[in-house]
Amino acid sequence: MNIILIAIGALVVLALVFGAILGFAAIRFKVEGNPIVDQLDALLPQTQCGQCSYPGCRPYAEAIAQGDEKINKCPPGGESTINAIADLLGVDPEPLDAEHGEEKDVKLLAVIREDECIGCTKCIQACPVDAILGAAKQMHTVIAKECTGCDLCVEPCPVDCIDMVPVEQTMQTWHWEKPSQIIATDKVKAA
Amino acid sequence: MKPIQLHDFSGGIHPNENKIQSTTLEILDAKIPEKLILPIAQHIGAPSKPIVNPGDIVLKGQLIAQGEDFVSCNLHAPTSGVIGDITQKSVPHQSNMAALCIEIITDGKDKWVKHQGVENYLQADASQLIEKIQQAGITGLGGAGFPTHVKASIPASKIDTLIINAAECEPYITADDLLMREHAHEIIQGIEILCQILKPKQCIIGIENNKPQAIETLQNSISSLANNSHHIQVASIPTKYPSGGEKQLIQILTGNEVPNGGLPADIGIVLQNVGTAYAIYQAIAKGEPLISRITTVTGDACDQPRNFRVLLGTQVKDLLTQANTNLKKTSRLIMGGPMMGVTLQDAEVPVVKTTNCIIAASKHELPNPAMEQACIRCGMCTQACPAQLLPQQLYWFAKSSNLDQAKAHNIGDCIECGACSYVCPSNIPLVQYYRFAKGEIKQAHADKIKSDGAKKRFDTRTARLEREIAEKEAKRKARAEAAAKKQADKKAELAKNPAPSEPAPQVDIEALQKKLDATKMAIEKSKAKLAEAQATNSAKVELLQGALEKAQAKMKDIALTISQAKKDAKSPAGTNTEKSSVKVEATDVIEGLKQKVLAAKTRMEKAQERLNMAKEQNLDTVDALQLGVNKQKEKLDAAQKNLEEAAQ
Repeated sequence: MNIILIAIGALVVLALVFGAILGFAAIRFKVEGNPIVDQLDALLPQTQCGQCSYPGCRPYAEAIAQGDEKINKCPPGGESTINAIADLLGVDPEPLDAEHGEEKDVKLLAVIREDECIGCTKCIQACPVDAILGAAKQMHTVIAKECTGCDLCVEPCPVDCIDMVPVEQTMQTWHWEKPSQIIATDKVKAA
Repeated sequence: MKPIQLHDFSGGIHPNENKIQSTTLEILDAKIPEKLILPIAQHIGAPSKPIVNPGDIVLKGQLIAQGEDFVSCNLHAPTSGVIGDITQKSVPHQSNMAALCIEIITDGKDKWVKHQGVENYLQADASQLIEKIQQAGITGLGGAGFPTHVKASIPASKIDTLIINAAECEPYITADDLLMREHAHEIIQGIEILCQILKPKQCIIGIENNKPQAIETLQNSISSLANNSHHIQVASIPTKYPSGGEKQLIQILTGNEVPNGGLPADIGIVLQNVGTAYAIYQAIAKGEPLISRITTVTGDACDQPRNFRVLLGTQVKDLLTQANTNLKKTSRLIMGGPMMGVTLQDAEVPVVKTTNCIIAASKHELPNPAMEQACIRCGMCTQACPAQLLPQQLYWFAKSSNLDQAKAHNIGDCIECGACSYVCPSNIPLVQYYRFAKGEIKQAHADKIKSDGAKKRFDTRTARLEREIAEKEAKRKARAEAAAKKQADKKAELAKNPAPSEPAPQVDIEALQKKLDATKMAIEKSKAKLAEAQATNSAKVELLQGALEKAQAKMKDIALTISQAKKDAKSPAGTNTEKSSVKVEATDVIEGLKQKVLAAKTRMEKAQERLNMAKEQNLDTVDALQLGVNKQKEKLDAAQKNLEEAAQ
């Protein structure tokens, strides 16, 4: 009888001690916010284009983190982003949802045909990254270095003077292609 | 002097040297071609900016393009002539892309611009020497083309060893070899200048032992120095490719390794090419900018392989002609060495600052790469790798675009020497895979920087918009609060002084004032009458006296009331607003009346119109309508009258 009491007493004491430690840890090491959102946000391309139907990359990341959103709604990120998110969340990658747009091979850049610009500032208000410079009734121009190519400025322009042009490759941005994958045995088969 | 303890680096290969062919003849000055093509980006860093225009006449050695940045380089006219066009032309680059080039139509006179070297340069100030080197547009002549003045600007306190790279380990190339044989004295002087700038404790010239003649002439030059105060010495190293790689040469000569991602300066070492030392001598002692270089023209298709002193911008085809090259026999044109060089698409491209060799290879000499076979995991590439990497692993990662793993396996430390591809029994173009992976990593890094920037801008913008909305909301609230307070004040005011008393004081004061004036007048009159009566001794005097007194008492009374009223009018703050609100009310009333008048007018006009129409059509309703119009007119008149009254 005495032994049972001692055992119960010891267990109660242990439970109290560990409970106190856990309780302390829960307060002391509490993580503010959801860290998975930051990780997801870092994987997204940050074009802030809204093609996923969320107002920016972070809201989309938050929606994914809450678990009620698919991971295949980001056309600028494309397959590599989908794979990276799938990797992070431990889910199966899905093909890009065509409803939200197609992955583009070339990067685009907004260019304002400046002699046609009437200075209405509508594109400035539309640009999610403040990459358009100008003032009312003054000609506007795109800061090429900051443009993410999201094309949100094209729609609001009343005179259609914004073009999305492919970013030109320069000697500084050029790099080697992957060698063609055909090896000798493949070539024999192909022939 | 202590002999240098040599070390070895792991890996390396021994390809056929093929150097004998081009060392039998001395360096020859290449002919001045009809035109020179000078790319503005011949160096690492920002491209230089052209400062000449088409049609300008330039002299030999004149500055034609200015370095735009610290890590950039000047460009000079290699000979006298006229500037042709400044357009995009094909240049020696792996991408085969065109780049901006300045064309010079030569005049054959080769007339120098005024130039002057530094006197007593071995006693000169380091900053003066560096400035002169920068002006002369000198870049590393070994291969990469890093601006020399940037390397020379490393603080002398950080440097204890200067290494001159004369290894020239790639097959075929003999440009440095011949330069050392013929210009050993100038090279040593150039090294002395570098020592003057960097103040190293020791200076080692690393040279492969397959160049005995060069070693001998260099040693003779050093021993002929009056005072070898900088401890310059020649180290003959075993011939092994790639001993001329920066990191490998450092390892051979010092036993130290350059840290991952670091620079030789991190371990107190600066490396310069032997050709660069010569160019420095030319610039400092003679004031001649970098406008020519030694280039080997060799290969089986050349009947007379040799080294040329070539003006920068000379087209490859001009050089090949001077070396009696059989273009039909040429299957491949390579700029640089066979291991790391660039295959040229055509012979139109110019010789640039980093062009040390041109190989016109026959089909037999450098056959097309054999078909790629599957990797058999033999591990020969690992044994050959001079950077102690795992080429086979890197190959798999690069092939599957697994950039994270490639990075984790230090693909950044690959020097792209080609030793792995050389030994690969499956003929896998390993270096191409690494170059691809490196390019992708570089691009991903650039994209990351850009997306981080975009994120920052987006966050700032969102914060700004939120702040603007909050500010607007705060303003609106403040306005609403002010209005509410006003209302409350008004109510309180009304509660304090009952409404009718409000407008009274004003009226009172005016009325009282009038009364006061009238009383004053009456008193005046009574006084006059009294005086008259007194004068005439009339019985009325007493009567008048009484009346006057009464009037005076009344006046006093009135004056008292006025002052009281005035005081009252001054003290309450609400009175003013009260007045204005009364005014506002009045204007409101007027406004309302005006509207009524307008409405009446339109109604009447409409009625009139209908009447006219009826008249035209001779309808029976004419009379009724006439009545209506008259009524409307009456109404309008009444409204107008009201308005006029209100306005008054």
